[in-house]
Formats: sequence, structure tokens, C-alpha cells
Amino acid sequence: MIRFDSVTKIYPSQARPALDDISLEIEKGEFVFLVGASGSGKSTFLRLVLREEKTTSGTVFVAGKDVGTLSNWKVPQLRRQIGTVFQDFRLLPNKTVFENVAFGLEVTGRPQHAVMKVVPEVLELVGLSGKEDRYPHELSGGEQQRVAIARAFANRPMILIADEPTGNLDPHTSVGLMKLLDRINRTGTTVVMATHDAAIVDQMRKRVIELDRGLLIRDQSRGVYGFAR
Amino acid sequence: MRPSLIVSEARTGLRRNMTMTTAAVLVTAIALAMFGAALLVSRQMNYLKGYWYGKIEVSIYLCGDNSDTTSCPDGAVTDAQRQQIQADLEALPQVEKVYYESKQQAYEKFKEQAQDSAMLSYITPDALPESFRVKLVNPEQDYTIVASKFDGAQGVERVVDQRAILDRLFAALNVFRAIAWLIGIVALVAMVLLIAVVIRVAAFSRRRETGIMRLVGASNFSIQAPFLLEGVFVGVVGALLASSFLWALYLLFFNALKVKIPLFAALFLSGGAIWWASGVLLLIGVGVTVVVSFLGLQRYLKV
Repeated sequence: MIRFDSVTKIYPSQARPALDDISLEIEKGEFVFLVGASGSGKSTFLRLVLREEKTTSGTVFVAGKDVGTLSNWKVPQLRRQIGTVFQDFRLLPNKTVFENVAFGLEVTGRPQHAVMKVVPEVLELVGLSGKEDRYPHELSGGEQQRVAIARAFANRPMILIADEPTGNLDPHTSVGLMKLLDRINRTGTTVVMATHDAAIVDQMRKRVIELDRGLLIRDQSRGVYGFAR
Repeated sequence: MRPSLIVSEARTGLRRNMTMTTAAVLVTAIALAMFGAALLVSRQMNYLKGYWYGKIEVSIYLCGDNSDTTSCPDGAVTDAQRQQIQADLEALPQVEKVYYESKQQAYEKFKEQAQDSAMLSYITPDALPESFRVKLVNPEQDYTIVASKFDGAQGVERVVDQRAILDRLFAALNVFRAIAWLIGIVALVAMVLLIAVVIRVAAFSRRRETGIMRLVGASNFSIQAPFLLEGVFVGVVGALLASSFLWALYLLFFNALKVKIPLFAALFLSGGAIWWASGVLLLIGVGVTVVVSFLGLQRYLKV
């Protein structure tokens, strides 16, 4: 589903590569944790998958396509196949829960009747039925992140990318959120989650890819966050 | 993205930056009005030029009873001299047409032009000279030939190139026109810059929305369309205001003059010219805003 072929990324203003000759493959339906300290290259990894950045050398394949050669106007097509969730939720404060999820569908050109059908479905999946008309500020952090997940998942993407989704949440809420991501993973969606949350990684026992200063230092199936911590 | 959604996004954007939008509309209106004024000044001048130059060519004034004695030592022109001059004129290959204007005709013309003027009561037909009005095939080059041939001829008081007088008038008007264009273009530049700022501010204030749109894979067009629409709105409303201003100016000032003074009716542009200018302004308003919005957004909405 995602394949990195000797990928190196050097940002113009920096001497040290953000990613240094990374090669790995993530299969369809996998659940992968991307761990590492700040500046280890996790975000760059995700940005390359989303084609927000291009590699300096090497190739990134998403769903069999070389995203580096994708023309600009085709990038939106790629992103419709990838759902994205962030630490800061990125919800629209002046739209309700329902409207926030619907917005993601509407702007990609889904017809109204499809929106009316899909939004209640995903809201039920993430456990927010009955809170459709709330505004983001009326929800807890965990609930806001569920809205973001609902929006990311509404398009039924092949891949769900989560960049520290539990970063702003307490441990208990985080566990609930991980259950939700696990459920989404079971529908066949590939989940790639960058995180600092050792407890979650240790508990989930999924594949762990660890980056350190741009280098791939560990790729372990059913791994834990780290040994020397 | 559905058109209704694009429209509603644009409307939200305009409402959210109400002050900025109003400023942009006003500046656009003022800039386009100035530009339109420059357009009309130019057109008016071309029109005047065509009108005057079409009518006035070379005048050969004949000696009359009151003529200067140095050029007319023998007094008023005789019938034989008049016929000779006319025959000579008609024989010249450079001459396209010759009109004879008698004292009476000159008086009628004067009366028509100086309507209501106090001068009219002092002037009698005899005070005005009779003349030949000569239309040249090629006025720029042939004037000297004709002038040298008839200046000092028997019965001719003087040869006047009316165009020379007009040239001086139009030289002054040209300066006026250049100033009008300068102001119009400077105003247009101000308008372009302000619209660029407005679009940037709109893009900045909606960066959350556009960020999410990019994230979920909205097409570039869907992301840009609301901003383009905002720009077009500013351009259209500005152009309409500017056109209304030009119309008001025309109806209240020029048209009023035309009704009062019939001579002006022939000299001033008609409403058709204002329609034309309004159309040009609308095109410029929409064209400029679309281009500016589009270019201004490229940097902001990079994938």
C-alpha cells in the first residue's frame, strides 16, 4: 500500500537529511506505529505519503503509484484515498459536528444525498450519534478527535494517517480512541500512526517503525515503543 | 464541489471581511470611473478632431470693404477676380473641393454659433468677409502649395490654415488627455494592488478551511473558485458603480448642456459612448479581478 524506495529528503535550509535512505513497505490492511523523538523524520515521512513534499531522491509509492511523478492537479485524487488526522483536530469552529464531516465530503464533490447518508453512518461508527448539532467547542478533546476521524474516514480511504492523534488527550480517552482506530483498521483500512505515546504502542502490539534523526533504526512486527526508556 | 456551495463560501468570505470588501469595491469604483473618464476624454477628443478637421480646411478670405490695405490695395474683390480665384482653385490637382461662402452665409453661420451672444447685435453681414473654403486632397502636405499660390493674389486678403489653430487647441487638449490617462492608470494600479490584498486577506482568514479542503482532496478549482468569485463580485460591483457615476455625470452635465446649447449636441459624445465605456469598464473590472485573484492565490494555495 505504501512503499519507500531508498527515500532521502533534505530540506533546502538544512544540512542533515530529514529522512536518510529509507526503504520499507507497508502492506494493505496493516496497522503501523511510527515512533521516534521530535525531529526524527516522522512528520516528513507522512508529508511524503500525502505528497505535501517531494523526495530529494528515491521513490514513494502509494497504492502502486509513484507519487513523486504525480502532476499537481492529480494530487487531490491521491488525497481522497488517504484520510488524515492531526493532534490539533483541525475542525472548523463555526460548523457543527455534522457540517464538519459533511464539509469534507461536499468539497470533494459528493452529491447531497450521498452526504446525508454517509455522515450519520460515520458518526455512528465513531460513537457520536446524537451529537450532530454540537459545535466543536462544546465537545471534549476526545470527541473532537472522533469528529476528525469521522471526517477522515467518511471518504472510505484506503489509508488513514494519524499524526499524534492522542497528543492532546488524556490516557483514558486515548485508549478509547485507539479502539476506534483499531476498529477502522479492521475494516481493511491501512493505518499509519505517528506517536510519542509509549503506553499505547506497548499495549497495542502492532508493527513499530522507529526513526532516529532520519534513519530507520527499527522495524518490528508486534513491537513496543522502546527498550531503553 | 456544487456551485451553490462555492457561492455560499464566497458569500461567507465577503461578509467576514466586510470592511475590506467595501474598501475594495469603492476603490475599484473610483479607479474604474477615472479610467472610464480617461477613455471618454480620449474618445471625445478623437470625435472633436474628426468633426473639426472634417469641416475646416483652408480658408481663402477675399478682400472686402473693411480689408487691410496692404494686402488689398485695390479695395473689395471684383466679380472677375472672384471668378478667377475659383477657376484657379478648381484647376489645382491638390484641391478636392471648393465651397464659396458669401458674407450672408458667413453671417448665418456666425449667428448659429453665437446664439444669444451679445456680440450678435454689433455684427452685420457686411462686417464678415466672404471666402472660399478649400478642402485639400492631402491637407498635411498641400497646404504650403495652395497658400503660396494664393497668398498675395489679386482680391485675396489672406490664406488661413484653420488646422493650425486647431493644432494649437488640440496640443493643449492632448496634455489634458495625457493627464487623464495618467490618473486613470495610476488609479487602476491602486485597484489591482488593493484587490490583491483583499484576496490575500480572504485566503488568510480562511486558511483553516482551505487547509482542510486540501487535506481531504478538494480539487484546486474548488479551493480557488470562492476566492475568484469574491474578486469578480468586487470587480462587477465596482464597475457598475463606476458606470453609474459616468452616466450621472453625462446626464447631469453634458446632456444638460447639449439640450441647452444645440451647438454642443454635435460636439459632445452621445449616450452610446457611455454604454461603450460601461462595457469596457465591466470587462476590465472582471478581467483584472480574475487575473489578480488567480495570480494572488497561486502562492497561497500551493498543493
